[in-house]
Amino acid sequence: MIRSLRVLVCIAVLASCAWAQTALNGAGATFPYPIYSKWFIEYHNLNSNIQINYQSIGSGGGIRQVQAGTVDFGATDGPMTDEQIAQSKVKVLHVPTVLGAVVPAYNIPGVNAELKFTPDVLADIYLGKLTKWNDPRITKVNPGVNFPNQNITVVHRSDGSGTSYIFTDYLSKVSPEWKSTVGKNTSVKWPVGIGGKGNEGVAGTIRQLPGSIGYIELIYALQNKIPFGLVQNSSHNFVKASLESTTAAAAGVKMPADFRVSITDPPGKDAYPIASFTWLLIPTNPADANKGKILKDFLFWMLDKGQTMVEALSYAPLPKDIAAKEKAAIQSQVKP
Amino acid sequence: MSDSVDPMNTPEPIEPLPKPVTSIPSLGKVEAPRSAPKSTVLQKIRQSHPSSSRIPDEIFRWIILLSAVSVFAIVVLVVWKLVDKSRLSLHQFGIHFFYGHDWDPVNDSYGAMPFIYGTLVSSFLALLLAVPLSVGVAVYITEMCPQGLRAIISFLVELLAAIPSVIYGLWGIFVLAPLLRDYVQPFLAKTLGWTGFFSGPMYGLGMLAAGIILAIMIVPVIASITREVMSAVPQNQREAVLALGATRWEMIRMGVLRNARIGIVGGVILGLGRALGETMAVTMVIGNRPEVAKSLFAPGYTMASVIANEFSEATGDMYLSALVEIGLALFIVTLIVNALARLLVWSITGGTARPSV
Repeated sequence: MIRSLRVLVCIAVLASCAWAQTALNGAGATFPYPIYSKWFIEYHNLNSNIQINYQSIGSGGGIRQVQAGTVDFGATDGPMTDEQIAQSKVKVLHVPTVLGAVVPAYNIPGVNAELKFTPDVLADIYLGKLTKWNDPRITKVNPGVNFPNQNITVVHRSDGSGTSYIFTDYLSKVSPEWKSTVGKNTSVKWPVGIGGKGNEGVAGTIRQLPGSIGYIELIYALQNKIPFGLVQNSSHNFVKASLESTTAAAAGVKMPADFRVSITDPPGKDAYPIASFTWLLIPTNPADANKGKILKDFLFWMLDKGQTMVEALSYAPLPKDIAAKEKAAIQSQVKP
Repeated sequence: MSDSVDPMNTPEPIEPLPKPVTSIPSLGKVEAPRSAPKSTVLQKIRQSHPSSSRIPDEIFRWIILLSAVSVFAIVVLVVWKLVDKSRLSLHQFGIHFFYGHDWDPVNDSYGAMPFIYGTLVSSFLALLLAVPLSVGVAVYITEMCPQGLRAIISFLVELLAAIPSVIYGLWGIFVLAPLLRDYVQPFLAKTLGWTGFFSGPMYGLGMLAAGIILAIMIVPVIASITREVMSAVPQNQREAVLALGATRWEMIRMGVLRNARIGIVGGVILGLGRALGETMAVTMVIGNRPEVAKSLFAPGYTMASVIANEFSEATGDMYLSALVEIGLALFIVTLIVNALARLLVWSITGGTARPSV
């Protein structure tokens, strides 16, 4: 009896400790989950009374949850559409946090070189119009590479994902035909190819299927040492995706006031063309002023100290001037 | 309630016979003496405790009733929620949704046919491969296996059921698909290519791979149930058939398989249920392409897979609604398949016995 009383007291004390902490809840995109959880842990270490929880339920879920007001903030890989903003009762500010890039990976028997891809070649491969690896349009930009006479098998993501959004957004910009027949979304009606689930599914399919090409996140390719090709940017330079060339893609873009911007196919001679921001969705008029204040403090820390931690996890940091612009916007637009 | 368990309540239930073997057409029916005085023991107990026994009985009755009704409530709630959440898409596409072929999230045009087709074809392919294999395994374990080996094989079969489906999926991508692509598919294309079921580009991944993975996953389900049912066939049945001069194969066929067939069908239905709903392993090997193709080499897509794949990143209202309606379609298809399976059981038993599952 006494023992069970003691246990009860302990539980009560623990519960009241937890009560003293302020817990913030967020939900959304899976792509930035590793860096977000790193930030939230580091921030908790600095401020032990603040606990930020994040559930990576996907961008769609993040947008819906923040619209419904069930979370304190959301996160998404693709900006909300005008329609979604019009429907939403909760007004939000898009806060870009880090950058990601998408790279073409391939498996061609006998070819170990880093291939170069022009935008129209990539688009026509994914439209199913380019079907052979030794097509003159591919061999012309890759002199010295001995291509086999093999069919191209296209691999894409089967699950809805920000990665597919970035890739189809890029193809929509460089190919009018892609834009009119397929378009951009987290999943689309792919004209050809087979679907793999997740980066690991696409990479696994490419590895076991000779003659295949697919697109994967730069982070996944870097961490798993998967070779990938170069892509020609709008200045006609072939650029290899890296953290620097991804950040360079953001630097060349004219940033609108609401930060909802696509940076695929950007200007700039060093910019990698298939890149994107990922955003936090911050309610500008939070229901709980105390939580709003905490979130605001966190955002300033994230744009400052937090940015130094991202490269260790293979994310590309924000350009300095964009981070400064975000700080000003958060200060003026987010209450309190 | 006691009416339904006649065989158990015969006056001297020395060896209670399991339900699947109540009728043995080859040897005449085992007649359960329906007119026998029922539950005389119970009456005696009631007489000795005249007042106290009723109240707990009543409570028990209500609790049991509540459990039974809750199943109905859950089904009704599920259907209601599915219909409610898919209202937008039901309204937009109507009945066309179920036979439309288009799946285009960009232009908000949705049709479920490729997914329904993929689910049914992959599941029936799995049954086609798994049923003979499972029955073979069960026959070997119960009838022919040396005592020492029996435990090992049973354990291994049940181990297959314990492997998580994502492991099957990875194994499918890295082991099964290359094997199919390099050896099995070229062979099938050469020998059976003229049927049209085995033609086209060989990716390894596709409907065939999905069917094989599913078959491996449902073998333990069917095999273990079949084994249980077969070992429930009384030993004297086997001896009787052998005494009539039957060979071992005839004994297994007439004495065992025939008596156990209702239970076997029950196991097959359970296996089919698992195959219809399996998501992770299938999506990793089926190629995830929403199209209706005759060739089993071509990639396909299933209903469970498309929901799992696209739900988390679906942003538009119509898109979400269409995905929920896919869930509704899966529910309806499962219902129809199960109803057909029940009909099959009834037709086998001539309407006398009830299915064991």
